[in-house]
Amino acid sequence: MGKEVACGFHCIKAKNIGVTIGQDEILKNVNLHIHCKELTVIIGRNGAGKTTLLKALLGEVKHTGSIEFVDTKEHIARKLRIGYVPQSINVEKHMPTTVYDLFASYISNTPIWLKKDKKAETKIKSSLRNFGVESLIDKSIGDLSGGEMQRVLLAISTYNEPNLLILDEPISGIDKNGIAVFFEYINKLKKEHDMSIILVSHDLDLVEKYADRVILLDKTILKEGTPVDVFSSTEFKRVFE
Amino acid sequence: MQELINNFLGVLPFEFLNYTFMKNAFIAILLATPIFAILGTMIVNNKMAFFSDSLGHSAICGIAIGTLFGITDTNISMILFACLFAIALNMVKHKVAYGADTIISVFSSIAIAIGLAILTAQGSFNQYSNILVGDILSINWHEIVYLFITFVIVFVVWYYMFNKIHAISINTSLAKSKKINIMLVDDVFVILIAVVVMVSIRWVGILLINSLLILPAASSRNIAKNMRQYHLIAVAISMFSGLTGLIISYYHNIPTGPMIVIIAGIIYFITFGLKDKIKE
Repeated sequence: MGKEVACGFHCIKAKNIGVTIGQDEILKNVNLHIHCKELTVIIGRNGAGKTTLLKALLGEVKHTGSIEFVDTKEHIARKLRIGYVPQSINVEKHMPTTVYDLFASYISNTPIWLKKDKKAETKIKSSLRNFGVESLIDKSIGDLSGGEMQRVLLAISTYNEPNLLILDEPISGIDKNGIAVFFEYINKLKKEHDMSIILVSHDLDLVEKYADRVILLDKTILKEGTPVDVFSSTEFKRVFE
Repeated sequence: MQELINNFLGVLPFEFLNYTFMKNAFIAILLATPIFAILGTMIVNNKMAFFSDSLGHSAICGIAIGTLFGITDTNISMILFACLFAIALNMVKHKVAYGADTIISVFSSIAIAIGLAILTAQGSFNQYSNILVGDILSINWHEIVYLFITFVIVFVVWYYMFNKIHAISINTSLAKSKKINIMLVDDVFVILIAVVVMVSIRWVGILLINSLLILPAASSRNIAKNMRQYHLIAVAISMFSGLTGLIISYYHNIPTGPMIVIIAGIIYFITFGLKDKIKE
């Protein structure tokens, strides 16, 4: 990442995002301004469009409006690299996919069914080491715990040093210990790698504890600000009480 | 080329290779079983067994429509139709939220119905009904050439695209975030299945083609610990079932296709029994 590290002058601006699928308007007029080194948490009731918003940011669902990655110092738009940690992945117990196979299929061109790519393996190991899961490299992904899986996915999604990391309910299915460890790593990414992080969560206690900014979403942004601001707002009470 | 291979096979110390139809069948099995196995690995991973089965059924519609247009080489009309069928299924699958199995079933039943209607109306159904069970001993050199081309295509695609196919099968959004063109890769994969099913269906038969795709991979999945083992074991099981099936059918006068499937089925249950011992 070079000189981009820890400059603190990048931000991501999403203007007037709208998503309509068929007849259903799922999102309208969503404006986001996300600073680097910030953990933004999106909350809202089921069906509020949280996952759709993430998918719009990823470019996976068609949307109106624009998404820009801006260098506020130089006032130029740059190419945005996005890392994504899905809510769950398609795994079964004992499946013949190891952590190496999983990781390499996203980053290596050497076919994983033919042989191991030694160069990629070294890179994968060092990437896994950042999250304390290096020893799992030859284990079946069906046999990992929820916390282990999540850290492997973090390693994959941050492999190319993204500017924006998007996580969709990353802590469902992880025990208390695992959650604390997980947020330690999130904090580290935020501070040391200058990343903007967007996370969807249902766990309001954790949101209060770890979020820098909270966005309350229901088709559009109802309220945004610090956790304290949002949690004490009338909009919040209307949605959650 | 044909003469060279036939001469070589004639030298091998197997009595059954004295006949040309057995030589052809032998070559066909050597070419087809590895590609069934490696395509099967991702069909099983993606839970697409029903999809590949329906593709097989659509063959009858491909032949029927081909006869309407006066295409005499049924291979071509079947392959073309199956590719369109596969892409159409993929498009609908990406658009519709409810179960893919329902959609597949709708498409497949319509395809069979149209195929049967046209062929019967033309009075040519009996001419093509042997495609239901297939006959490996009737395979000719022309079809072996088709099979060889398919063999090469499958390995090339698998070499260059497998990681992407695998990445998508794990999680599409994650794949998308890594800049993988999901629709393109997915379409190439289903077209590959369509082509393989169609070039093999005449001698394997509509009723059994899916077992050859599914059984070796499913057996291998029971005992393999990583992607390399998964492929290697699937190919080994597939080739073993194919060759022993051919030999047993020759000496005991049992149809070859069913014999291959019975052997692959037995191997599946053996690996199923070994599963817990090997994986714990």
